[in-house]
Amino acid sequence: MAAPAPDHDRPHVEIDRVSMAFDDRPVVDRLTCSFPRGRVTVILGGSGSGKTTLLRLLAGLIRPTEGRILIDGTDVAGLPESALAPVRAKIGMLFQGGALLDSLTVGDNLALPLRERTRLSEARIDEIVTGRLDAVGLDHRVARLLPGQLSGGMLRRVALARAILLDPQILLCDEPFSGLDPISVKRIELLLSRLNRHHGMTIVIVSHHIASTVRLADRVLLLLPGRAVEGAPGELRENADREISGFFDEDLDESLEPREVATRIEPLDDSPRDAGSARG
Amino acid sequence: MRLLDAIRELGFRSLGVVAHLGQLLLFLLSILRASLLPLRPRRWLEEIWGQGVLSLVIICVSGLAVGMVLGLQGYNTLVRFGAEGSLGAVVGLSLIRELGPVLAALLVTGRAGSATAAEIASMVASEQIDGLRMMSIDPVNMVVAPKALALTAVMPALSTLFILFGIAGAWLVGVGLMGLDGGVFFSSLNNAVRFEDDVLGSLLKGLIFGALIGLMATFRGYHARPNAAGVSAATTSTVVVTSVAILIVDYFVTALWGFEI
Repeated sequence: MAAPAPDHDRPHVEIDRVSMAFDDRPVVDRLTCSFPRGRVTVILGGSGSGKTTLLRLLAGLIRPTEGRILIDGTDVAGLPESALAPVRAKIGMLFQGGALLDSLTVGDNLALPLRERTRLSEARIDEIVTGRLDAVGLDHRVARLLPGQLSGGMLRRVALARAILLDPQILLCDEPFSGLDPISVKRIELLLSRLNRHHGMTIVIVSHHIASTVRLADRVLLLLPGRAVEGAPGELRENADREISGFFDEDLDESLEPREVATRIEPLDDSPRDAGSARG
Repeated sequence: MRLLDAIRELGFRSLGVVAHLGQLLLFLLSILRASLLPLRPRRWLEEIWGQGVLSLVIICVSGLAVGMVLGLQGYNTLVRFGAEGSLGAVVGLSLIRELGPVLAALLVTGRAGSATAAEIASMVASEQIDGLRMMSIDPVNMVVAPKALALTAVMPALSTLFILFGIAGAWLVGVGLMGLDGGVFFSSLNNAVRFEDDVLGSLLKGLIFGALIGLMATFRGYHARPNAAGVSAATTSTVVVTSVAILIVDYFVTALWGFEI
């Protein structure tokens, strides 16, 4: 992969007053933000805040109810599926579960986009597949295995290898660290960092993993109820607004304790109840 | 007010049904368009194996059992009127015109249709379909069309096999068990069955039912909610809706084809 010199001042992806609703339930409401070229942006937010929806909007997998989504200057919001191919050629996506076809071997999964979208010989395809497996730290023998035979960390790395197979300019990652052990998290983190630094790839990550976010992110987009906040991780962590800085605080925060939750947990009673006590 | 609410609800539901039928039609058109290019002969063969060849045992065993029951019931009824010599005709016409295509279609719905819906719905739930879209690979061309077309193609063959095994079952009972003359059995079958009406009509029914199963199973799977409950709902609704649709469509095909008595 060639390393372009990214122009960090120009946004690579822009969201302009985008709204999205499922069954009249708004998930994204008139959101405007941008993702700078060649930078790592992490989207943070509570459950149901619309992080994954936003990522799927960027990928063109769902259409917004209103607003514009500019990928490298092209508005993808209104494009039909058949017209999205040139835009998607610039985008790689790492899905949370890997999204590898479980009926194909790892090698065939990686070779699939090359066989479908290029006229490369099988020998060259094999070479590229082996090279990409090597780039994500996996032995070429993994190519013979089925996705179901891989560990979570290996599966995520294979999925990453497939996402970067066609040298995308933009990499979208949906929860790349979830469910992984600390070593696997660091491996994925390192790979993403390398892709960004050495290849100038614009990376957008949806994550709940605060430690990785702080280490990896140039910028954070924090989705809060009714608003979105952008900034460097350090800026947001020091923000006076507790709702913002609280996201970066990994210590227990007593102020977040729900008032109505019982403070005492009743011990389970093993003894058989009689009818009277069962009725209570 | 309650009446108005009921009318409004009825209106919404009717619109929902119309929208659903429109969606189904568009999906059918997308399958037809996607099945042209790129052609995937290997995927088609894999699906014909999965949907057709792997259904052979259930079709043959069921056909044989149904034929044996028909032979037994038919013989016991016909013998009362001294018409046991017509057993071949009764069993043959019942199987060729109705029972063969319909029962084979119901069996294929339960085995291959449900499996197809579950597989596609699982691919939706595990984002494999979205993964293909991100690689600019048309999932309808790669996943849906081969399955739908394989079901359409294998159904007439499976229906024919069901009929043949059914006739064999009836022969076993009528001739082997009840002592009916084999020549009488086959000559009554041969005299009763007309190729243009009965056999072609039977093959047509098989083809239509196959297309119906292929369309419904892939549609339900492709539009499943992306979670475990969605997979389960897609599988169940495929079996229920397709089975009912087969029985309804069977009436119309029979009426329109004009089977002569």
